[in-house]
Amino acid sequence: MNPAQSADQTAAPKRGTRTVLDASDISRALTRIAHEILERNRGADPVVLLGIPTRGVGLAARIAARIAAVEGQSVPTGSLDVTMYRDDIGLKPPRGLEHTDIPAGGIDGKVVVLVDDVLFSGRTIRAALDAIGDIGRPRAVQLAVLVDRGHRELPIRADYVGKNLPTSLVERVTVHLTEYDGVDAVLIADKTTTGVKA
Amino acid sequence: MKHLLSAGDLSRDEANLILDTAEEMRSLADRPIKKLPALRGRTVVNLFFEDSTRTRISFEAAAKRLSADVINFSAKGSSVSKGESLKDTALTLQAMGADGVVCRHGSSGAPHLLATSGWMTGAVVNAGDGTHEHPTQALLDAFTMRRHLGSLEGRRVTIVGDVLHSRVARSNVLLLSTLGAEVTVVAPPTLLPVEMRSWPCVTSYDLDAALPKSDAVMMLRVQRERMNDAYFPSAREYTRRYGLDVHRMAQLPDEAIVLHPGPMNRGMEISAEVADSTRSVIVEQVTNGVAIRMAVLYLLLSGSNESNEESNA
Amino acid sequence: MNAYLITGASITGGEVADLLIDNGEIVAVGTGLDVPDGAETIDATGLVALPGLVDLHTHLREPGREDAETVLTGTRAAALGGFTAVFAMANTDPVADTAGVVEQVWRLGRESGYADVYPIGAVTVGRKGTQLAELGAMADSAARVRVFSDDGDCVWDAALMRRALEYVKAFDGTIAQHAQEPRLTQGAQMNEGALSGVLGLTGWPSVAEEAIIARDILLNAHVGSKLHVCHLSTKGSVEIVRAAKKRGYEVTAEVTPHHLLLTEDLAASYNPVFKVNPPLRTKEDVEAVREGLADGTIDIVATDHAPHPVEDKDCEWSAAAFGMTGLETAVSVVQHAMIDTKLMTWADVADRMSYRPAVIGQAGDHGRPLEAGAPANVVLVDPAAERTVVPAESASLSRNTPFGGMTLPGKVVATFLRGTPTVLDGALSR
Repeated sequence: MNPAQSADQTAAPKRGTRTVLDASDISRALTRIAHEILERNRGADPVVLLGIPTRGVGLAARIAARIAAVEGQSVPTGSLDVTMYRDDIGLKPPRGLEHTDIPAGGIDGKVVVLVDDVLFSGRTIRAALDAIGDIGRPRAVQLAVLVDRGHRELPIRADYVGKNLPTSLVERVTVHLTEYDGVDAVLIADKTTTGVKA
Repeated sequence: MKHLLSAGDLSRDEANLILDTAEEMRSLADRPIKKLPALRGRTVVNLFFEDSTRTRISFEAAAKRLSADVINFSAKGSSVSKGESLKDTALTLQAMGADGVVCRHGSSGAPHLLATSGWMTGAVVNAGDGTHEHPTQALLDAFTMRRHLGSLEGRRVTIVGDVLHSRVARSNVLLLSTLGAEVTVVAPPTLLPVEMRSWPCVTSYDLDAALPKSDAVMMLRVQRERMNDAYFPSAREYTRRYGLDVHRMAQLPDEAIVLHPGPMNRGMEISAEVADSTRSVIVEQVTNGVAIRMAVLYLLLSGSNESNEESNA
Repeated sequence: MNAYLITGASITGGEVADLLIDNGEIVAVGTGLDVPDGAETIDATGLVALPGLVDLHTHLREPGREDAETVLTGTRAAALGGFTAVFAMANTDPVADTAGVVEQVWRLGRESGYADVYPIGAVTVGRKGTQLAELGAMADSAARVRVFSDDGDCVWDAALMRRALEYVKAFDGTIAQHAQEPRLTQGAQMNEGALSGVLGLTGWPSVAEEAIIARDILLNAHVGSKLHVCHLSTKGSVEIVRAAKKRGYEVTAEVTPHHLLLTEDLAASYNPVFKVNPPLRTKEDVEAVREGLADGTIDIVATDHAPHPVEDKDCEWSAAAFGMTGLETAVSVVQHAMIDTKLMTWADVADRMSYRPAVIGQAGDHGRPLEAGAPANVVLVDPAAERTVVPAESASLSRNTPFGGMTLPGKVVATFLRGTPTVLDGALSR
């Protein structure tokens, strides 16, 4: 997800903004996702977590911590910048790159779990699939998101969802995480009232 | 940033953006598929009016790793020898739809002219113009230093050699000072511009005095033919006073590194032992060159140029 | 031939009077003049009347580079600039180093009818600086050449320069030197200084001009001839000429309009329209040449009008030709640099751009004060006018004016060559 979409630095709800997940909701969702990943893959062995910057990286780290707590074994965790694979790259001003960090063991033959904060059009995930293809050949790719807000434009679905959040297109979903924003929260706002550009 | 013509045009933030982007680009070298789709469908023309195989292949590799279509246009001697003029070449490139033009030219200011004449609308990257500038070389030098020394803020860099005729020196002095380094240029007085008041560096004629205070030392190529124009009496005397050999290298602080933009005159400005020593980062400079040029091409060409089209309308 | 009554003009910037021109001469200057029947009246209220201007340094390019300029187009540009006489430099192709070539140029000038053309002969064969050209033959030719120059190149050989100065004494000639030490200016592209170092353009140091000027003044003092310094451009050159004149050495000097106004900073654009030889210098140099022109150290303004076709300027800096056009803008630039700054008066302009160049060049009846009995070479200037220079509107075949887009004061309204208007209402009259 585009970091600019989460640029709202204040967690305090503004007029027209409401909190849909608080810190404990987020914590429970991530714990559940960690368990689901382990169940689906029969343990942590084949799993590599790749967070999509910015907030996907933080979420991947939290999921990794939960897996380690449950399994007593750490899963390789990295980050995957998809900027150069986006299909709108030629339509917007040039952007700086985020860090890509592929764990030392690579991804060949592994189960890569992509982690992002919000699943929306699906275009970020399409870009991520292309990026993965240039890095190696995983046995499978799965997708974990904190929030699925619908409105898909591509045939993509998440394997692990923190919360399904039906939204309208004029609404804006913002994920705050302590390590970036000082607080854990998922906010929903009406773009027409906050005046934020899409 | 629409063009890259002079290292002096870069703000500190812009320079750091290029260097940070290059860090990501460099990690690509460790991946099985050394290719990114960022410039798919874009056309980059390498317009070289001067021979420089090293620089051309570096830009070519950079553009190809970003999936751009690359056209090599060798126009050596074109204009001066009354062949096709720079203008007609530019109009040709425009007609071919070049999104970016990497220009190497023997005449100072030629890329500037390409960018400002209105002959073409593509982004222009100066790949070395006359005795003026070579900004991507300075960026790769800064990148190499940063990887070894960390932040360049307050770092002492000594540039040694034919500053008068060196586009590498000009770009490095401008960029390194922008990045906060303290730059000293060392050369015989004949090979320094007559008036350097506006240069953000100090000058010295004494290499031995500068070396112990250097975190990095950059040796510039010195052409032996300069001797014929009385810039110095002989190659031997030049080497004795301004060449870097192992004895001089021993005066450097422990962590200091040695750079050279290449191609080297071994035995002239740099001895073979120094060039091949562990302090030498000369080969690494070449690797880093591709990453820097990828970063520059990516930042200049990947986005939309709507704003530019608007201003041209 | 028509008679003209010019009314209400300020004569060389002084008293307001009427001028009656008839039969090619100024018949009377004053008020309440007896006007003959059929005289055309020109209301010159608010205008300054000057004697026809004389340009000692013009490149007309013919023969050889008729794509850049011809004698006809160059003299048209001259007329529009208020000039009634121009000295055509010798660097044509073939070089004006024989009686045949100078006579050709002289004849083309007579045919043009827009200004008198005085050919300058080359000092050396082919301007190559090795062997004296047949200076005597050129002096004796129909063109009556009195000024000799290798302009574009310096007569750098001291022995040859000495001989040239000596030799022209026999027919009262003048050697006009392009002062440029060649070894110090190999590959030179712009003024040498802080900026040339930054731009990476090879420097043209002031000393390369000053050393030749000093040498030539001493050579000329030794042989007692006539030395003229072309397009002097540096503060040091002004100081050398000033000191020489103070000590009684014979020397005359010229400055171009562009060196009175423009500075080297323009090279930072890498636009070759600002490439000229000698190069544009610093602000300090501009102030010095203005001062030198005002106090008479520099005798005259000469344009060094150097037309070049578009392709020789529409290219990279180092491949571009040196030179700027200047005939049509000279008066405006001088007004801007010297009169509007209160350094000079219009009477001084008459002196520096008409009387003195005519004396140095021995230009016949040109450069005479506006008095009854003088040939009717008259120019009317509107000092209150303003205009923006549009290169494409030039009467010259070339477009390489460095003043394009600049708004300059002053406009030539009319030019009379021996009583015939070449320019009326600011436009060529035929």
